[in-house]
Amino acid sequence: MKHNLQFDFIADKVKNTLTVRREFLAGRQLVWDCYTQQELLNQWFAPKPFTTKTKSFNFSEGGHWHYAMVEPNGTEYWGWTDYLTIRPIDYYTSLDAFTNEAGDINTDLPRAEWVVTFTDKGENTLVETVVTYKSLSDLETVINMGMEQGMIATLEKLDELLLTIKQ
Amino acid sequence: MRRDVFQAIADPTRRAIIALIAVQAMTPNAIAEHFDTTRQAVSKHLRILAECELVKQQPQGREIYYQLELEKMKEVDKWLEQFRQMWESRFAQLDQLLDTIKKKK
Repeated sequence: MKHNLQFDFIADKVKNTLTVRREFLAGRQLVWDCYTQQELLNQWFAPKPFTTKTKSFNFSEGGHWHYAMVEPNGTEYWGWTDYLTIRPIDYYTSLDAFTNEAGDINTDLPRAEWVVTFTDKGENTLVETVVTYKSLSDLETVINMGMEQGMIATLEKLDELLLTIKQ
Repeated sequence: MRRDVFQAIADPTRRAIIALIAVQAMTPNAIAEHFDTTRQAVSKHLRILAECELVKQQPQGREIYYQLELEKMKEVDKWLEQFRQMWESRFAQLDQLLDTIKKKK
């Protein structure tokens, strides 16, 4: 299944933002649900080959999501999202953080503000995510951490390719 | 002082210089003509670009031409690629989920 869906990925090292825009083949309500309901989030949020595990979830202003991204070998990376503003089904803003399983926020690692906006694009939905860090070094810290995940995802693509070739 | 390619592209004037010399190698004077700032300011940007190893100086006769090091620019691309892959993978999963839900309905 190969679609020609819009996908913009813009890193601004001056404003310390990362802007990601992606179009989805579904109506706005459904896409909104996938972003804001626990059972649905669990099915897509952690990039392959990670899986998502939710410990507590309350999608409301002042509420939070406490979750882990789990590696195939069982290693867990805990995260926390505070929900700040919610305007269904237009946008929500949140503040992310790294935590442990108990939910203690790791203050050594940067937090970022997320603004996630949902707009109609014909019959499809365009989701824009703007992630803002406090400083350039914060943005770099997180991207350097993402390197490992990126590598894993790449290796998995290779695995899939090898399987296809073998068949 | 440690410099990298990201310092090079952090400044709008330097980005403009990069765009200029990407097309053809130019002398500092020819580059400076494109900007309202002083010759010294442009020279300073060129020095930073050189320290970032993003430009190469090529003497031709009595003039020095500045040429872009395209290989170095690829570092920006590589750096972004890591994060991009993570989002791509995440969105591919969301595509699948949306498809599954729509089929159930």
